[in-house]
Amino acid sequence: MSGEKKIRVVVAKPGLDSHDRGAKVVARAFRDAGMEVIYTGLRQTPEQIVETALQEDADVIALSILSGAHMTLFPRIMKLVREKGLEDVLVFAGGIIPEEDVPALKKIGIAEVFGPGTSTDELVKFVRENVGKGK
Amino acid sequence: MSLSSLSGRTWEKGNSIHSTTRGVYTIKTEQLIKGVLKNDRRLIAKTITLIENNTQEARKAVSLLYPHAGKAHIIGITGPPGSGKSTLIEKMAKELREDGKSVGIVAVDPTSPFTGGAFLGDRVRMQDLSTDEGVFIRSMATRNNPGALARATKDVVKVLDASGKDVVMIETVGAGQSEVDIIKIAQTTVVVLAPGLGDDIQAIKAGIMEIGDIFVVNKADQENVNRTVSDIEAMLNMNPEGKWRPPVVKTTALTGEGTSQLLDRISEHRQYLKSGALGMQRRRMVETELVEAIREKATESIVDHLKRKGRLDEIVDEILLRKTDPYTAADRLLAERLRAA
Repeated sequence: MSGEKKIRVVVAKPGLDSHDRGAKVVARAFRDAGMEVIYTGLRQTPEQIVETALQEDADVIALSILSGAHMTLFPRIMKLVREKGLEDVLVFAGGIIPEEDVPALKKIGIAEVFGPGTSTDELVKFVRENVGKGK
Repeated sequence: MSLSSLSGRTWEKGNSIHSTTRGVYTIKTEQLIKGVLKNDRRLIAKTITLIENNTQEARKAVSLLYPHAGKAHIIGITGPPGSGKSTLIEKMAKELREDGKSVGIVAVDPTSPFTGGAFLGDRVRMQDLSTDEGVFIRSMATRNNPGALARATKDVVKVLDASGKDVVMIETVGAGQSEVDIIKIAQTTVVVLAPGLGDDIQAIKAGIMEIGDIFVVNKADQENVNRTVSDIEAMLNMNPEGKWRPPVVKTTALTGEGTSQLLDRISEHRQYLKSGALGMQRRRMVETELVEAIREKATESIVDHLKRKGRLDEIVDEILLRKTDPYTAADRLLAERLRAA
């Protein structure tokens, strides 16, 4: 019997900006690393993102944001993650996020924040090393 | 600390799950199924993962689910890539919800044969449904199953069926000409086409043009839509007279035009099935499922045994040296195995 466990990643763009190039590049990199990527498309509400992760039984939520609304949206996302009992899901973010905001985001459970110039190899390595650890 | 030591149960016997109030624990397959029957969304999702991952527990899960499935109407949506299947499903689901029906959706996309990864993008067209509690959407990768479905699709449909969904829609991978496995699972198969994909010669070809209970010509706002409709009608007119003559429906999924007509045709087909054909169809499906299960189990039992004994390599060597051939070797091994049983 061949059990076959795949890492499932929800790649989501919360909020209103429509720059999805980064999210698509990241999604492609995870796909090429043998993961199953569930791509949600643009302008997702926190409710949509977390419900998608729940239905898809995702191991990872990758958030891409460039609008500057992360301090509003991410706490709402993490609150829903806790409410729905998804604490074992690895949540991390990328995009344009000022460094001074990072400690606050880590405090609410965002595992890591990646800025522009991060290599996709680094992201894949990060996911492989941290998936399924819980918090 | 391992997950299992927290729960006091062994890792193999349970399925890991995490919750705020109870910490990390493992959950037995029986409890997962209880959750499915209570329509617990998290446990539905966990059960689907278990079944996708094809472990021993997956089979147990399917056995436990089996008595509770069989109530939903199962609709297969197939057709070439880009014909508008996902968008059409979203519009259909919305209308079904307005009628008070609950909906399950299984959307299948291909796994890369090179990396084993997959990009599952059908949800992009179904965003409006994602927070409706009466809808459960699951994306599935084919995991290198040939054709337009995953190996586990039929069992994932059973999970949604047993959870009480009135309708379960399966979206296949964008299908070419010969991916017809969907009729082994779906009670009503809808083939979605669009104008400009081919002429009447394409319409006569065998394969997916033969499996539609209903044909949809989507993107009906485009030119040449009537040409496509008449090509399909002409093809259908050549079919031998049957009890059910597949209707052809024009839709514009983007605006939702034609969706309610399509749903009307689907319920007419349901009625037609109920008037007698359903029993036959169910029998045929169960027979296929049984034969496939036997094939899978038999292959597995023989191959596992050979691997355990280290004999697989030995026989491969014999074939490489042309001392025997694959068919003779298979005959011999099958006979051996049957004697042993």
